[in-house]
Amino acid sequence: MKKRSNAPVYWSLFGAGGMLAALVGPGLLFVTLAAPPGYADALRFAQGFAGKAFLFACASLFLWHAAHRLFHMLKDLGVRVGPGSWMLCYGVALAGTVAAASALLAIGF
Amino acid sequence: MSARDTYVRPMRGWWRRNPFFVRYMAREATAIFVYLYALLLIAGLVALRNGPAAFDAWLAMLRNPAVMSFLFASLGVFAYHTLSWFRIMPKTMPPLRFAGRRVAAGAITAAGLAAAAIASGALVALALA
Repeated sequence: MKKRSNAPVYWSLFGAGGMLAALVGPGLLFVTLAAPPGYADALRFAQGFAGKAFLFACASLFLWHAAHRLFHMLKDLGVRVGPGSWMLCYGVALAGTVAAASALLAIGF
Repeated sequence: MSARDTYVRPMRGWWRRNPFFVRYMAREATAIFVYLYALLLIAGLVALRNGPAAFDAWLAMLRNPAVMSFLFASLGVFAYHTLSWFRIMPKTMPPLRFAGRRVAAGAITAAGLAAAAIASGALVALALA
């Protein structure tokens, strides 16, 4: 059997992250810049199910979206991509996803 | 095989020769800011897990002039991402039909931008409440 391409997986993560960033990105940046929540508020938000899901989706999908775009931008700029650039893009996205998930789980519900 | 002096068309700066590709590269370059912002957000989540002192340190880091200018620039870059994302959406999604007619590209872009305004506005309202 022919090996199935893993491109659709990266492409879906890219698309989902791009859509989420397009919808909430400007609002999120405004909040981070002008009105970041204090510890108590941030904790309450991150402990709620919706807040936790939102934070995880933003942290992880933004990174997958950016990783995919940066990886292809390197190719556009004539960089010969290898394992190093792969790690810098998708490897960091994977590590960031794990870090975000473990932090959010440790925060509790 | 003998080496020959074949002409290789130089590709350096190819995207600067055509405004279409300049826009394409501007769109792609937003990813640099999205990447860095995502890392900043993950650092914040880790700080939140580590307790009030760590989270306060993260908040103080947001007030650092270099970080503040990055965030300020990112606000513009994210807005540009939103604009460009919904501008190309009519081309990236399957054709949408309504009442037997193909929905116009402008209508899809406008709907996307309206959805983004509502979602981002709701988030800001939630934070300020």
